Amino acid sequence: MGLIAVVIVSAMAFLMLTIPHRLPASAIAAEGSGDAVRGARIFWAGGCASCHAAMGAKGDDRLRLGGRPLATPFGTFQAPNISPDLVAGIGGWRLADFANAMQRGVDPEGRHLYPAFPYSSYIKMTPGDVADLFAYLKTLPSIATAPPATALAFPYNIRRGVGLWKLLYLGDSAAVVTLPANASAAARQGQYLVEGPGHCGQCHTPRQLGGRGGLDTAHWLGGAPNPEGKGRIPNITPANKGLGNWSAAEVASYLETGFTPEYDSVGGSMVDVQHNMAMLPKADRVAIAAYLKAVPAVD
Amino acid sequence: MRISKTLVAGLALAIAAAATAQGTDPIAQRQAIMKQNGKDTKALAGYVKGETPYDAAAVTALFAEMNAGASKFGGLFPATSKSGGKTEAAPAIWEKPADFQAAVAKFQADTLAAANAKPATVDDLKIAFGKVTANCKSCHETFRVKAQ
Repeated sequence: MGLIAVVIVSAMAFLMLTIPHRLPASAIAAEGSGDAVRGARIFWAGGCASCHAAMGAKGDDRLRLGGRPLATPFGTFQAPNISPDLVAGIGGWRLADFANAMQRGVDPEGRHLYPAFPYSSYIKMTPGDVADLFAYLKTLPSIATAPPATALAFPYNIRRGVGLWKLLYLGDSAAVVTLPANASAAARQGQYLVEGPGHCGQCHTPRQLGGRGGLDTAHWLGGAPNPEGKGRIPNITPANKGLGNWSAAEVASYLETGFTPEYDSVGGSMVDVQHNMAMLPKADRVAIAAYLKAVPAVD
Repeated sequence: MRISKTLVAGLALAIAAAATAQGTDPIAQRQAIMKQNGKDTKALAGYVKGETPYDAAAVTALFAEMNAGASKFGGLFPATSKSGGKTEAAPAIWEKPADFQAAVAKFQADTLAAANAKPATVDDLKIAFGKVTANCKSCHETFRVKAQ
């Protein structure tokens, strides 16, 4: 009897702790208020195409968001179809559905999305930017094919368990680092782009729990193991082994051209990210560079 | 048995050290070529950006130098050179050898075409520079991983 009671209480506690939480209505912009032209900038800042367009897609094919697999040590995640197709994509979603996916990791059916989708960064975006992005996505080509469902090994296949991860690591809209009081307006704008839509920390910051947990913000942007295999994702703080020897102009130039100050080139998954960054207005790259030069150095 | 293993290992190390010293170690050789590519690209970028007064002969020589490096590059990835020497070579080089050799061949062809074109003006150079340097990231995307 005792054992059964323990099992029942544990199961109830698990279910209570892992309830998917949605955004309050006040945190969602008005339906239809998004502007697709402004949303294009958020699309490139957010790197949507890097996971939702086909692997190696170039040019206009990067706007065909039919989804693709993402292989990791946890198994293969399937980035879903986020094209405007009514059946295979998100054409039937309302803005509230989209905002809850982006900023709470909850789908319209109330299920948890896996945090391979960087909602713990997108949670820092303004409701207006989320609405603009949604409006932009609606202008992109409809793709009728849906990728297969994500298939992970136990225990990661229990979606409900993602609720526990969120309890610990979802975070909130607050800034990750405190910039110096005299930080420039550009650095503050860069903070929003890097910590929010750009989700740079998701790869450039080490994770807790041996790579399974949330971002270790004490080592914010200090470099981390490559989640896709061999090698490391570089330190991009002003440390000597990071961007210490780069000027802000050189950082901005790298994001535009893909060349380091010594004319080494961008490589790995950063190639795709750099292509996204090159699509932004120049002021945004300058802002990102100003922020990266202003964050605490991680030695 | 144990002694002979140690001996063999020691001998292998000595040979590797000697190879490095003589510049025959493939990892050191390919790293030297890539370093030279970086220097050449930086010099070319100086002309592209107008920071260096244009010199058609020097530009052609830079492309020729890159082509000479590219011509040796594909042969410097024996199966014994997958690790060590701070190599940033990605496992994909040995997993997809045909794709890798095709990427190297394209770099070789593009640098040869640029050298043969002998760009006479900055505008000519810009076109050749764009074609040649597109190889850098397209190849590094799949075939290089940063060590740190």
